[in-house]
Amino acid sequence: MERVPILKIGDVLLVSIQIDLQDQGVLALQEDLAERISTTGAYGVIIDISAVDIVDSFIGRMFATIASISKLFDADTVVVGMRPAVAITLVELGLTLGDVRTALDLDRGMKILRVLGKQRRGSFAVTDDFAAEEVL
Amino acid sequence: MTARLGEPEELPINEDNDVVRVRQLVRTYAQQAKLSLVDQTKLVTATSELARNTLVYGGGGTALIAPVDDGRRLGVRAVFTDEGPGIPDLDLALADGWSSGKGLGLGLSGARRLVDDFTLDTEVGRGTTVTVVKWAR
Repeated sequence: MERVPILKIGDVLLVSIQIDLQDQGVLALQEDLAERISTTGAYGVIIDISAVDIVDSFIGRMFATIASISKLFDADTVVVGMRPAVAITLVELGLTLGDVRTALDLDRGMKILRVLGKQRRGSFAVTDDFAAEEVL
Repeated sequence: MTARLGEPEELPINEDNDVVRVRQLVRTYAQQAKLSLVDQTKLVTATSELARNTLVYGGGGTALIAPVDDGRRLGVRAVFTDEGPGIPDLDLALADGWSSGKGLGLGLSGARRLVDDFTLDTEVGRGTTVTVVKWAR
């Protein structure tokens, strides 16, 4: 079974799914991510699905589960890069992603995480991220 | 009724990775039938749900993928067969949000919405066969 690598960029964990995931791989990724969030103290998780050509209910549920788990570690999850055909199919399938945030691309996803992270930590000045606020 | 183009192909569904193989084979047939990218995605997603049902609820089975042609257009047919416990209450199984197991309860009802033709044949103690067809537009 192939495993999906988890990269750490600053305080964010980045997962880019580049393979056709089987169900065991999905479960392994959930566990690996929980472990990495807990050991790194990351405040955000980005799941890049720009290379994913289908999202069925099992994979969709993984996003919601990862978001719920990361919340328990005070971290936010953003799914980025969904293909248009996948979005159309998800809506017709009837799948809602729960509390999962989505963003058009990696860049916007990172901005959302930075702003959310600062809000949740109640920091004062967020001037350098002023532009990012418009994304929200 | 329907004339076939090319050969049907049967795949076993006995383990996790077989679900991935079904997705990949259906994608190939869908491309050959010239389904649009959105329709390919819908069909592959539907068959992924059905293959998982065959594995998880049916205890394993087979997928038979075939090209179809009704004289006006091309399409892909996928037949999922298991000899599992069958579905006692079909209305319930086809209702959104109902699940007997670890899923979201979207498998059957969601798959039905994603295809053009959907037929389900089940008998308690004998097994379940689900047939879906998606046509090129």
